[in-house]
Amino acid sequence: MSQLLTVAKPRRNTELLLIIVALGMSAMANALVNLNLGRNFDNDFYTQIAILGGLALVFHIVLRLKAKYADPVILPLVIALNGVGLAVIHRLDITSGDSAATRQWMWTSLAVVAAITVIWFLRDHRILRRYTYISLLISVVLLILPLVPGLSAGSVNGATVWISIGPFTFQPGEIAKITLAVFFAGYLSSNRDLILLAGKKIGPLQLPRTRDLAPMIVAWLASVGVLVFQRDLGSSILFFGLFMVMIYVATSRVSWILIGVGLIVVGGTAAYQIFPHVARRIDVWVNAFDPEYIGAAFGSFQVVEGLFGLANGGLFGTGLGQGTSDKLPVANSDMIIAVIGEELGLIGLFAILCLYALLVARGFRAALGTRDAFGKLLAVGLSFAVALQCFIIIGGVTRLIPLTGLTTPFLAAGGSSLLANWIIVALILKISDAARRPIDVSTADNSKPTNDQPLKEVPSP
Amino acid sequence: MNDLSLVVTILRFGFLVLMWIMVFSVVAAMRRDLVIGRKAKVGQPTARQARKHPELIEEAPPAKVQARQLVVTEGPLAGTTLELSGTPILLGRAQDATLVLEDDYASGRHARLFPQGTRWFVEDLGSTNGTFLGGSALTRALPVELGVPVRIGKTVIELRP
Repeated sequence: MSQLLTVAKPRRNTELLLIIVALGMSAMANALVNLNLGRNFDNDFYTQIAILGGLALVFHIVLRLKAKYADPVILPLVIALNGVGLAVIHRLDITSGDSAATRQWMWTSLAVVAAITVIWFLRDHRILRRYTYISLLISVVLLILPLVPGLSAGSVNGATVWISIGPFTFQPGEIAKITLAVFFAGYLSSNRDLILLAGKKIGPLQLPRTRDLAPMIVAWLASVGVLVFQRDLGSSILFFGLFMVMIYVATSRVSWILIGVGLIVVGGTAAYQIFPHVARRIDVWVNAFDPEYIGAAFGSFQVVEGLFGLANGGLFGTGLGQGTSDKLPVANSDMIIAVIGEELGLIGLFAILCLYALLVARGFRAALGTRDAFGKLLAVGLSFAVALQCFIIIGGVTRLIPLTGLTTPFLAAGGSSLLANWIIVALILKISDAARRPIDVSTADNSKPTNDQPLKEVPSP
Repeated sequence: MNDLSLVVTILRFGFLVLMWIMVFSVVAAMRRDLVIGRKAKVGQPTARQARKHPELIEEAPPAKVQARQLVVTEGPLAGTTLELSGTPILLGRAQDATLVLEDDYASGRHARLFPQGTRWFVEDLGSTNGTFLGGSALTRALPVELGVPVRIGKTVIELRP
């Protein structure tokens, strides 16, 4: 029986319309920056708009050719976010005399090309399942790379997460996010039944067997390792959160969440006791407004200035280019949300948050629609990684949680993050294409059981 | 100068409006996609859609009718009906069977009918002469559709709405 319920529409024209709105947003943001800071509309302005437009158009055409049924709103959302990010980085460049925007343009182009390559050459996302354990290996290598003496770019802002190859620096942990999600999805979709069925029940909780706990312990150790050796609290939370959510989605057992939270409490307390840099983060967070902490090196100056900026922005913002947050250290990466909040106000900041929420929701929608367990888990994992990353950094900037160095996806200056997130988007688009594509009823494909979609066994009574 | 700052102010608010236009147009674009799963059917296909996609009309199974009765159509007990509840039914010559078959060709505990979801399944319990669903011998539990004869020895039963 066909699962076709309505005529499946590719909806690529809707996408094109939305892309035009997104590009309009980006152009207008850039124009406002130029107007407010008294810059001329020189050639740069037009070439940059043309580059972004060209990239978007090429991506759109590739989708028409290779993933006709992909979700129509994901690409416009990402282009809007990336475009606003470019405008804000450009604006910060003007006041600080940096050239981050040029680098960001380069990386955007590279990232879009990488995403297009994924769409073009990855015929089916299920192919990735074959590389489950290779992904694990790649993740481990990527996470160890920044610690290798020849490659390591040393400690930057207290975290050892960068490698340098020639003139380029790169953060391999960003890519590890994707390979880890592939590994978790592959592992959990194969071993889900085992993990689900075995174990004893205590009250309403079904506890897993000890040996099924092993992957969780491994994920926990890896996260702790990232924290200890790379001193990167943000990535550490991100990796463990990713695993916890994926195993919860795979098994729908609350006990996993409880065990995970327990491990976080244990790890967190131990880290707070043992590692001064973690304790420092927490202290700075709790006592942010203490003058002693504001003045100190690695103190709360950043957060407090960011909060003042947000307050200064009010409801409607000061207008792009008219804020004061440009004095912040790393204004264009970690603190970009504070700059946006000041210059576009609460209304603009919420629009940005809505764009993120919609993006994540579309990722979950692709997961709901797709028919194989691996695709479901991968889409959930990747979308959740984006969501969690937003939460960690935006929560940090608004002082909901301690500030840790993660990039705001698509907005912040940072090539590795941009590259990784565009690849994530390409994978989600590919999965959503598989989810929305009508099943071919002419071939008897449906009647044959496949690995991913076994025919329902009749349950024994 | 005043003119310019007026323009800038208008553009500033215009940009905020544009951002929200983006948000709302995305929401509008996914409106029809918000319904998830099997009930995602939106209206009847138009004549043109139907011509282009014939699979839309053939229209999946008619609304599922639940089986309410078990009727014996052949054999010594022909004419007997049994109201179905949610509990499994044991068929055979044994005295503890739900439907005690006075049939020499049936085994003591011959077959079992049990509900699973909205359907009933029949399963052979290792009988000597076998259980036949619509003409073929059962090797494992299979769903029983309405009106399909199940043969046990010389007795034939079927499910009725």
